[in-house]
Amino acid sequence: MDYSPLILSLKVAVISTFFVFLAGVFIAYLLSKRDFFGKSILEALFLLPLVLPPTVVGFALLILFGKKGWIGSWLLEWFDFQIVFTWIGAVIASIVVSFPLMYQSAAAAFESLDERLSNAARTMGASEWRVFWTVVFPLAWPGLLAGLVLSFARGLGEFGATLMLAGYIPGKTDTIPMAIYFAVESGQMEKATFWVVIIITFGFSLILWVNWWSKRNIRRFSRM
Amino acid sequence: MLSVQLTKQLAHYEMAIQFDVGAEILVLAGPSGSGKTTVLNCVAGLLHPDSGLIVSKDRLFYKSGEKPLPARDRQIGYLFQDYALFPHMTVEKNIWYGVKKKQYKEDLHTVKQLLHVLGIEHLLQKYPHQVSGGEKQRVGLARALATRPSVLLLDEPLSALDKETRQQCQEELLRLHNIWQIPFIIVTHDLDEAEKLGDRILYLDQGHIADEKPIKHLATV
Repeated sequence: MDYSPLILSLKVAVISTFFVFLAGVFIAYLLSKRDFFGKSILEALFLLPLVLPPTVVGFALLILFGKKGWIGSWLLEWFDFQIVFTWIGAVIASIVVSFPLMYQSAAAAFESLDERLSNAARTMGASEWRVFWTVVFPLAWPGLLAGLVLSFARGLGEFGATLMLAGYIPGKTDTIPMAIYFAVESGQMEKATFWVVIIITFGFSLILWVNWWSKRNIRRFSRM
Repeated sequence: MLSVQLTKQLAHYEMAIQFDVGAEILVLAGPSGSGKTTVLNCVAGLLHPDSGLIVSKDRLFYKSGEKPLPARDRQIGYLFQDYALFPHMTVEKNIWYGVKKKQYKEDLHTVKQLLHVLGIEHLLQKYPHQVSGGEKQRVGLARALATRPSVLLLDEPLSALDKETRQQCQEELLRLHNIWQIPFIIVTHDLDEAEKLGDRILYLDQGHIADEKPIKHLATV
Protein backbone atom coordinates (compact mmCIF):
# COMPACT_ATOMS: atom_id res chain seq x y z
CA MET A 1 0.00 0.00 0.00
CA ASP A 2 1.26 3.42 -0.95
CA TYR A 3 0.71 5.89 1.88
CA SER A 4 1.90 8.94 0.00
CA PRO A 5 -1.68 10.34 -0.45
CA LEU A 6 -2.07 10.50 3.35
CA ILE A 7 1.21 12.28 3.84
CA LEU A 8 0.59 14.65 0.96
CA SER A 9 -2.94 15.44 2.14
CA LEU A 10 -1.72 16.21 5.64
CA LYS A 11 1.11 18.35 4.29
CA VAL A 12 -1.23 20.34 2.05
CA ALA A 13 -3.88 20.76 4.76
CA VAL A 14 -1.41 21.79 7.48
CA ILE A 15 0.34 24.36 5.33
CA SER A 16 -2.84 25.84 3.90
CA THR A 17 -4.48 25.95 7.35
CA PHE A 18 -1.47 27.80 8.71
CA PHE A 19 -1.83 30.59 6.14
CA VAL A 20 -5.61 30.60 6.28
CA PHE A 21 -5.55 30.94 10.08
CA LEU A 22 -3.13 33.86 10.04
CA ALA A 23 -4.90 35.68 7.22
CA GLY A 24 -8.41 34.89 8.47
CA VAL A 25 -7.75 36.07 12.03
CA PHE A 26 -5.87 39.17 10.95
CA ILE A 27 -8.37 40.30 8.33
CA ALA A 28 -11.43 39.46 10.43
CA TYR A 29 -10.05 41.41 13.42
CA LEU A 30 -9.13 44.38 11.25
CA LEU A 31 -12.58 44.49 9.66
CA SER A 32 -14.43 43.87 12.94
CA LYS A 33 -13.26 47.23 14.26
CA ARG A 34 -14.09 49.23 11.15
CA ASP A 35 -17.07 50.18 9.11
CA PHE A 36 -16.45 51.61 5.68
CA PHE A 37 -18.05 51.94 2.29
CA GLY A 38 -17.79 48.65 0.39
CA LYS A 39 -17.18 46.49 3.46
CA SER A 40 -20.08 44.20 2.68
CA ILE A 41 -18.90 43.82 -0.91
CA LEU A 42 -15.46 42.86 0.34
CA GLU A 43 -16.97 40.35 2.76
CA ALA A 44 -19.15 38.86 0.03
CA LEU A 45 -16.01 38.44 -2.06
CA PHE A 46 -14.30 36.59 0.81
CA LEU A 47 -17.23 34.22 1.18
CA LEU A 48 -17.74 33.64 -2.53
CA PRO A 49 -15.66 30.42 -2.80
CA LEU A 50 -18.06 28.89 -0.29
CA VAL A 51 -20.99 29.02 -2.69
CA LEU A 52 -19.23 28.64 -6.03
CA PRO A 53 -18.73 25.22 -7.60
CA PRO A 54 -15.12 24.17 -6.91
CA THR A 55 -14.54 23.96 -10.65
CA VAL A 56 -15.25 27.67 -10.97
CA VAL A 57 -12.74 28.40 -8.22
CA GLY A 58 -10.27 26.12 -9.99
CA PHE A 59 -10.94 27.90 -13.25
CA ALA A 60 -10.29 31.28 -11.67
CA LEU A 61 -7.08 29.96 -10.12
CA LEU A 62 -5.94 28.66 -13.51
CA ILE A 63 -6.54 32.09 -15.00
CA LEU A 64 -4.34 33.56 -12.26
CA PHE A 65 -1.67 30.91 -11.84
CA GLY A 66 -1.63 29.13 -15.22
CA LYS A 67 1.41 29.39 -17.47
CA LYS A 68 -0.20 32.32 -19.24
CA GLY A 69 -2.02 33.58 -16.14
CA TRP A 70 -1.37 36.98 -14.56
CA ILE A 71 0.64 35.67 -11.66
CA GLY A 72 1.69 32.39 -13.31
CA SER A 73 3.43 34.01 -16.27
CA TRP A 74 5.22 36.40 -13.97
CA LEU A 75 6.44 33.58 -11.71
CA LEU A 76 7.59 31.61 -14.74
CA GLU A 77 9.46 34.53 -16.22
CA TRP A 78 11.22 35.73 -13.08
CA PHE A 79 11.65 32.57 -11.03
CA ASP A 80 11.27 29.86 -13.64
CA PHE A 81 8.67 28.45 -11.34
CA GLN A 82 5.38 26.82 -12.20
CA ILE A 83 2.49 26.29 -9.81
CA VAL A 84 0.17 24.26 -12.03
CA PHE A 85 0.61 20.50 -11.57
CA THR A 86 2.56 20.84 -8.30
CA TRP A 87 1.58 20.23 -4.69
CA ILE A 88 1.88 23.98 -4.13
CA GLY A 89 -1.08 24.31 -6.49
CA ALA A 90 -2.99 22.00 -4.16
CA VAL A 91 -2.04 24.25 -1.21
CA ILE A 92 -3.28 27.35 -3.05
CA ALA A 93 -6.55 25.66 -3.97
CA SER A 94 -7.01 24.61 -0.32
CA ILE A 95 -6.29 28.10 0.92
CA VAL A 96 -8.87 29.68 -1.34
CA VAL A 97 -11.68 27.23 -0.56
CA SER A 98 -11.09 27.10 3.20
CA PHE A 99 -10.50 30.81 3.81
CA PRO A 100 -14.24 31.64 3.92
CA LEU A 101 -14.76 29.14 6.74
CA MET A 102 -11.95 30.63 8.81
CA TYR A 103 -12.99 34.18 8.06
CA GLN A 104 -16.60 33.53 9.01
CA SER A 105 -15.74 31.80 12.28
CA ALA A 106 -13.22 34.48 13.24
CA ALA A 107 -15.55 37.36 12.35
CA ALA A 108 -18.33 35.79 14.44
CA ALA A 109 -15.94 35.19 17.34
CA PHE A 110 -14.72 38.78 17.36
CA GLU A 111 -18.22 40.13 16.88
CA SER A 112 -19.50 38.33 19.98
CA LEU A 113 -16.76 39.72 22.24
CA ASP A 114 -17.78 42.31 24.79
CA GLU A 115 -16.08 45.51 23.66
CA ARG A 116 -16.01 46.72 27.27
CA LEU A 117 -13.42 44.07 28.10
CA SER A 118 -11.02 45.49 25.52
CA ASN A 119 -11.86 48.99 26.70
CA ALA A 120 -11.18 48.01 30.30
CA ALA A 121 -7.74 46.80 29.21
CA ARG A 122 -7.12 50.06 27.34
CA THR A 123 -8.00 52.21 30.36
CA MET A 124 -5.46 50.16 32.32
CA GLY A 125 -2.71 51.22 29.94
CA ALA A 126 -2.62 48.24 27.59
CA SER A 127 -1.39 48.77 24.03
CA GLU A 128 -3.55 47.49 21.14
CA TRP A 129 -1.10 44.62 20.74
CA ARG A 130 -1.48 43.62 24.37
CA VAL A 131 -5.27 44.03 24.24
CA PHE A 132 -5.33 41.61 21.33
CA TRP A 133 -3.09 38.95 22.82
CA THR A 134 -4.29 39.02 26.43
CA VAL A 135 -8.00 39.72 26.01
CA VAL A 136 -9.31 39.38 22.45
CA PHE A 137 -7.43 36.28 21.33
CA PRO A 138 -7.97 34.08 24.42
CA LEU A 139 -11.66 34.95 24.59
CA ALA A 140 -12.21 34.43 20.88
CA TRP A 141 -10.16 31.23 20.89
CA PRO A 142 -13.06 28.74 20.99
CA GLY A 143 -14.49 30.34 17.84
CA LEU A 144 -11.07 30.60 16.22
CA LEU A 145 -10.36 26.95 16.97
CA ALA A 146 -13.67 25.94 15.39
CA GLY A 147 -12.67 27.86 12.27
CA LEU A 148 -9.22 26.30 12.33
CA VAL A 149 -10.61 22.78 12.47
CA LEU A 150 -13.21 23.46 9.78
CA SER A 151 -10.54 24.93 7.51
CA PHE A 152 -8.26 21.99 8.12
CA ALA A 153 -11.00 19.49 7.35
CA ARG A 154 -12.01 21.46 4.26
CA GLY A 155 -8.39 21.59 3.09
CA LEU A 156 -8.02 17.88 3.65
CA GLY A 157 -11.11 17.12 1.58
CA GLU A 158 -10.53 19.63 -1.20
CA PHE A 159 -11.05 18.04 -4.60
CA GLY A 160 -12.52 20.12 -7.43
CA ALA A 161 -10.31 23.18 -7.44
CA THR A 162 -7.27 21.05 -6.68
CA LEU A 163 -7.96 18.84 -9.67
CA MET A 164 -8.19 21.87 -11.95
CA LEU A 165 -5.01 23.50 -10.65
CA ALA A 166 -2.77 20.68 -9.49
CA GLY A 167 -4.13 17.79 -11.53
CA TYR A 168 -3.59 14.16 -10.66
CA ILE A 169 0.04 13.16 -10.73
CA PRO A 170 0.72 10.02 -8.68
CA GLY A 171 3.38 10.66 -6.08
CA LYS A 172 3.17 14.42 -6.66
CA THR A 173 -0.36 15.75 -6.39
CA ASP A 174 -2.42 12.75 -5.38
CA THR A 175 -4.14 13.81 -2.18
CA ILE A 176 -6.60 11.39 -0.57
CA PRO A 177 -9.74 12.72 -2.34
CA MET A 178 -7.84 12.55 -5.62
CA ALA A 179 -6.66 9.00 -4.89
CA ILE A 180 -10.25 7.95 -4.12
CA TYR A 181 -11.61 9.36 -7.38
CA PHE A 182 -8.98 7.79 -9.60
CA ALA A 183 -9.07 4.48 -7.71
CA VAL A 184 -12.82 4.24 -8.38
CA GLU A 185 -12.34 5.27 -11.97
CA SER A 186 -9.81 2.52 -12.56
CA GLY A 187 -11.95 -0.05 -10.73
CA GLN A 188 -9.72 -0.42 -7.64
CA MET A 189 -12.62 -0.41 -5.18
CA GLU A 190 -10.59 -1.84 -2.31
CA LYS A 191 -8.08 0.96 -2.48
CA ALA A 192 -10.86 3.54 -2.67
CA THR A 193 -12.61 1.99 0.34
CA PHE A 194 -9.42 2.13 2.35
CA TRP A 195 -9.03 5.88 1.83
CA VAL A 196 -12.73 6.52 2.34
CA VAL A 197 -12.60 4.81 5.74
CA ILE A 198 -9.46 6.74 6.67
CA ILE A 199 -10.91 10.12 5.82
CA ILE A 200 -14.30 9.44 7.47
CA THR A 201 -12.63 8.25 10.67
CA PHE A 202 -10.38 11.25 10.69
CA GLY A 203 -13.16 13.77 10.07
CA PHE A 204 -15.41 12.18 12.65
CA SER A 205 -12.77 12.16 15.39
CA LEU A 206 -11.91 15.76 14.66
CA ILE A 207 -15.49 16.94 15.08
CA LEU A 208 -15.92 14.80 18.19
CA TRP A 209 -12.81 16.27 19.73
CA VAL A 210 -13.77 19.89 18.98
CA ASN A 211 -17.22 19.39 20.48
CA TRP A 212 -15.78 17.80 23.58
CA TRP A 213 -13.17 20.51 23.90
CA SER A 214 -15.57 23.42 23.52
CA LYS A 215 -18.02 21.92 26.02
CA ARG A 216 -15.24 21.52 28.54
CA ASN A 217 -14.14 25.11 28.06
CA ILE A 218 -17.50 26.75 27.82
CA ARG A 219 -17.70 27.30 31.58
CA ARG A 220 -14.36 28.96 31.84
CA PHE A 221 -14.95 31.20 28.88
CA SER A 222 -18.58 31.97 29.57
CA ARG A 223 -19.61 35.47 30.40
CA MET A 224 -19.95 36.48 33.99
CA MET B 1 -8.28 68.13 39.59
CA LEU B 2 -10.16 67.41 36.40
CA SER B 3 -11.69 69.94 34.11
CA VAL B 4 -14.19 68.92 31.47
CA GLN B 5 -15.81 70.96 28.79
CA LEU B 6 -17.26 69.22 25.76
CA THR B 7 -19.85 69.12 23.04
CA LYS B 8 -20.83 66.01 21.17
CA GLN B 9 -23.60 65.25 18.71
CA LEU B 10 -25.54 62.21 19.92
CA ALA B 11 -28.40 60.42 18.20
CA HIS B 12 -31.21 62.60 19.57
CA TYR B 13 -29.58 65.77 20.83
CA GLU B 14 -26.33 67.66 21.07
CA MET B 15 -24.54 67.23 24.35
CA ALA B 16 -22.93 70.32 25.83
CA ILE B 17 -21.54 70.07 29.30
CA GLN B 18 -18.95 71.72 31.48
CA PHE B 19 -17.74 70.98 34.99
CA ASP B 20 -14.67 70.88 37.20
CA VAL B 21 -14.04 68.28 39.83
CA GLY B 22 -11.54 68.30 42.66
CA ALA B 23 -10.68 65.49 45.07
CA GLU B 24 -14.36 64.97 45.74
CA ILE B 25 -17.14 62.63 44.73
CA LEU B 26 -19.08 64.05 41.83
CA VAL B 27 -22.28 62.24 40.93
CA LEU B 28 -23.74 62.45 37.45
CA ALA B 29 -27.41 61.65 37.88
CA GLY B 30 -30.21 61.56 35.37
CA PRO B 31 -32.51 59.31 33.37
CA SER B 32 -31.08 56.72 31.03
CA GLY B 33 -30.13 58.19 27.70
CA SER B 34 -29.22 61.54 29.25
CA GLY B 35 -25.57 61.14 28.25
CA LYS B 36 -24.02 60.20 31.61
CA THR B 37 -21.94 57.29 30.36
CA THR B 38 -20.90 59.25 27.29
CA VAL B 39 -19.29 61.80 29.60
CA LEU B 40 -17.31 59.05 31.35
CA ASN B 41 -16.22 57.54 28.04
CA CYS B 42 -15.03 60.92 26.79
CA VAL B 43 -12.99 61.44 29.96
CA ALA B 44 -11.55 57.92 29.67
CA GLY B 45 -10.71 58.41 25.98
CA LEU B 46 -12.94 55.60 24.71
CA LEU B 47 -15.02 58.19 22.85
CA HIS B 48 -14.00 61.60 21.64
CA PRO B 49 -16.04 64.80 21.86
CA ASP B 50 -16.69 66.90 18.76
CA SER B 51 -15.08 69.84 20.47
CA GLY B 52 -14.02 70.99 23.91
CA LEU B 53 -11.22 70.68 26.40
CA ILE B 54 -10.47 67.95 28.93
CA VAL B 55 -7.56 68.47 31.29
CA SER B 56 -6.51 66.41 34.27
CA LYS B 57 -3.78 67.66 36.60
CA ASP B 58 -2.23 69.79 33.83
CA ARG B 59 -2.26 66.85 31.44
CA LEU B 60 -4.15 67.54 28.24
CA PHE B 61 -6.55 64.68 27.44
CA TYR B 62 -8.47 66.35 24.69
CA LYS B 63 -8.46 69.65 22.89
CA SER B 64 -10.40 70.58 19.78
CA GLY B 65 -8.27 70.15 16.69
CA GLU B 66 -5.51 68.21 18.41
CA LYS B 67 -4.90 64.50 18.50
CA PRO B 68 -6.58 63.15 21.66
CA LEU B 69 -4.44 61.41 24.25
CA PRO B 70 -5.10 57.65 23.86
CA ALA B 71 -7.06 55.93 26.64
CA ARG B 72 -4.01 53.90 27.66
CA ASP B 73 -1.99 57.02 28.48
CA ARG B 74 -4.60 58.77 30.59
CA GLN B 75 -4.08 57.01 33.92
CA ILE B 76 -7.79 56.70 34.50
CA GLY B 77 -9.45 54.13 36.70
CA TYR B 78 -12.72 52.97 35.18
CA LEU B 79 -15.20 50.71 36.93
CA PHE B 80 -17.57 49.58 34.19
CA GLN B 81 -21.19 48.70 34.66
CA ASP B 82 -21.17 44.96 35.45
CA TYR B 83 -17.45 45.49 36.10
CA ALA B 84 -16.06 43.97 32.85
CA LEU B 85 -13.73 41.63 34.72
CA PHE B 86 -11.70 39.40 32.40
CA PRO B 87 -13.52 36.06 32.65
CA HIS B 88 -10.47 34.00 31.63
CA MET B 89 -8.18 35.42 34.32
CA THR B 90 -8.12 34.83 38.04
CA VAL B 91 -9.02 37.67 40.38
CA GLU B 92 -5.32 38.13 41.05
CA LYS B 93 -4.45 38.47 37.36
CA ASN B 94 -7.36 40.83 36.88
CA ILE B 95 -6.13 43.11 39.62
CA TRP B 96 -2.52 43.10 38.44
CA TYR B 97 -3.39 43.56 34.76
CA GLY B 98 -2.74 47.29 34.64
CA VAL B 99 0.39 47.33 36.79
CA LYS B 100 3.57 47.91 34.81
CA LYS B 101 6.39 45.45 35.46
CA LYS B 102 8.88 48.08 36.47
CA GLN B 103 6.43 49.54 38.96
CA TYR B 104 5.75 46.17 40.51
CA LYS B 105 7.59 46.86 43.76
CA GLU B 106 6.03 50.25 44.40
CA ASP B 107 2.58 48.99 43.52
CA LEU B 108 2.80 45.86 45.64
CA HIS B 109 2.06 47.99 48.67
CA THR B 110 -0.90 49.69 46.97
CA VAL B 111 -2.38 46.38 45.87
CA LYS B 112 -1.92 44.80 49.30
CA GLN B 113 -3.62 47.75 50.93
CA LEU B 114 -6.48 47.56 48.43
CA LEU B 115 -6.95 43.84 49.03
CA HIS B 116 -7.00 44.47 52.75
CA VAL B 117 -9.36 47.45 52.69
CA LEU B 118 -11.76 45.65 50.37
CA GLY B 119 -11.39 42.32 52.17
CA ILE B 120 -10.81 40.25 49.05
CA GLU B 121 -7.49 38.54 49.85
CA HIS B 122 -9.17 35.15 49.95
CA LEU B 123 -10.51 35.49 46.39
CA LEU B 124 -7.22 35.82 44.54
CA GLN B 125 -7.14 32.36 42.98
CA LYS B 126 -10.81 32.37 41.95
CA TYR B 127 -12.25 33.19 38.56
CA PRO B 128 -14.81 36.00 38.22
CA HIS B 129 -17.69 33.58 37.67
CA GLN B 130 -16.88 31.95 41.01
CA VAL B 131 -17.41 35.07 43.13
CA SER B 132 -20.57 36.93 44.13
CA GLY B 133 -21.83 40.21 42.70
CA GLY B 134 -20.59 42.28 45.64
CA GLU B 135 -17.21 40.60 45.47
CA LYS B 136 -16.97 41.28 41.75
CA GLN B 137 -17.62 44.92 42.44
CA ARG B 138 -14.76 44.99 44.97
CA VAL B 139 -12.45 43.20 42.58
CA GLY B 140 -13.37 45.71 39.88
CA LEU B 141 -12.60 48.57 42.26
CA ALA B 142 -9.27 47.03 43.27
CA ARG B 143 -8.36 46.54 39.60
CA ALA B 144 -9.26 50.12 38.70
CA LEU B 145 -7.30 51.57 41.64
CA ALA B 146 -4.26 49.27 41.37
CA THR B 147 -2.85 51.43 38.57
CA ARG B 148 -2.94 54.38 40.95
CA PRO B 149 -5.13 56.50 38.66
CA SER B 150 -5.52 60.24 38.93
CA VAL B 151 -9.30 59.98 38.47
CA LEU B 152 -11.75 57.15 39.14
CA LEU B 153 -14.81 56.78 36.92
CA LEU B 154 -17.66 54.56 38.09
CA ASP B 155 -20.53 53.65 35.80
CA GLU B 156 -23.60 52.52 37.78
CA PRO B 157 -21.27 50.78 40.23
CA LEU B 158 -24.02 49.45 42.50
CA SER B 159 -26.94 48.83 40.19
CA ALA B 160 -26.31 45.08 39.89
CA LEU B 161 -26.30 44.49 43.65
CA ASP B 162 -29.05 43.62 46.08
CA LYS B 163 -30.13 46.19 48.67
CA GLU B 164 -28.01 44.96 51.56
CA THR B 165 -24.80 44.56 49.55
CA ARG B 166 -25.47 47.90 47.98
CA GLN B 167 -25.45 49.67 51.34
CA GLN B 168 -22.22 47.95 52.31
CA CYS B 169 -20.61 48.94 49.04
CA GLN B 170 -21.73 52.54 49.40
CA GLU B 171 -19.91 52.71 52.72
CA GLU B 172 -16.91 51.12 51.12
CA LEU B 173 -16.82 53.62 48.27
CA LEU B 174 -16.89 56.50 50.75
CA ARG B 175 -14.13 54.88 52.77
CA LEU B 176 -11.98 54.30 49.69
CA HIS B 177 -12.45 57.87 48.60
CA ASN B 178 -11.29 59.05 52.00
CA ILE B 179 -8.09 57.06 51.63
CA TRP B 180 -7.37 57.78 47.97
CA GLN B 181 -8.35 61.45 47.79
CA ILE B 182 -8.72 61.65 44.01
CA PRO B 183 -11.72 62.79 41.97
CA PHE B 184 -14.41 60.10 41.79
CA ILE B 185 -17.07 60.54 39.12
CA ILE B 186 -20.03 58.27 39.72
CA VAL B 187 -22.81 57.77 37.22
CA THR B 188 -26.16 56.66 38.63
CA HIS B 189 -29.85 56.95 37.91
CA ASP B 190 -30.70 56.29 41.56
CA LEU B 191 -31.28 59.62 43.28
CA ASP B 192 -31.06 58.26 46.84
CA GLU B 193 -27.71 56.77 46.00
CA ALA B 194 -26.62 60.04 44.41
CA GLU B 195 -27.41 61.90 47.60
CA LYS B 196 -25.74 59.36 49.81
CA LEU B 197 -22.48 59.26 47.85
CA GLY B 198 -22.09 62.64 46.24
CA ASP B 199 -20.29 65.67 47.52
CA ARG B 200 -21.84 67.33 44.54
CA ILE B 201 -24.54 66.18 42.14
CA LEU B 202 -24.99 67.20 38.53
CA TYR B 203 -28.41 66.33 37.12
CA LEU B 204 -28.17 65.60 33.45
CA ASP B 205 -31.01 65.83 31.02
CA GLN B 206 -30.66 65.53 27.24
CA GLY B 207 -26.93 66.15 27.46
CA HIS B 208 -27.15 69.33 29.50
CA ILE B 209 -26.73 70.04 33.17
CA ALA B 210 -30.29 70.64 34.31
CA ASP B 211 -29.47 71.24 37.96
CA GLU B 212 -26.50 71.26 40.27
CA LYS B 213 -26.61 70.53 43.94
CA PRO B 214 -23.88 70.61 46.56
CA ILE B 215 -24.72 68.01 49.17
CA LYS B 216 -22.63 67.50 52.24
CA HIS B 217 -19.24 67.76 53.83
CA LEU B 218 -18.25 70.19 51.11
CA ALA B 219 -16.31 72.10 53.72
CA THR B 220 -14.10 69.09 54.40
CA VAL B 221 -13.02 68.67 50.78
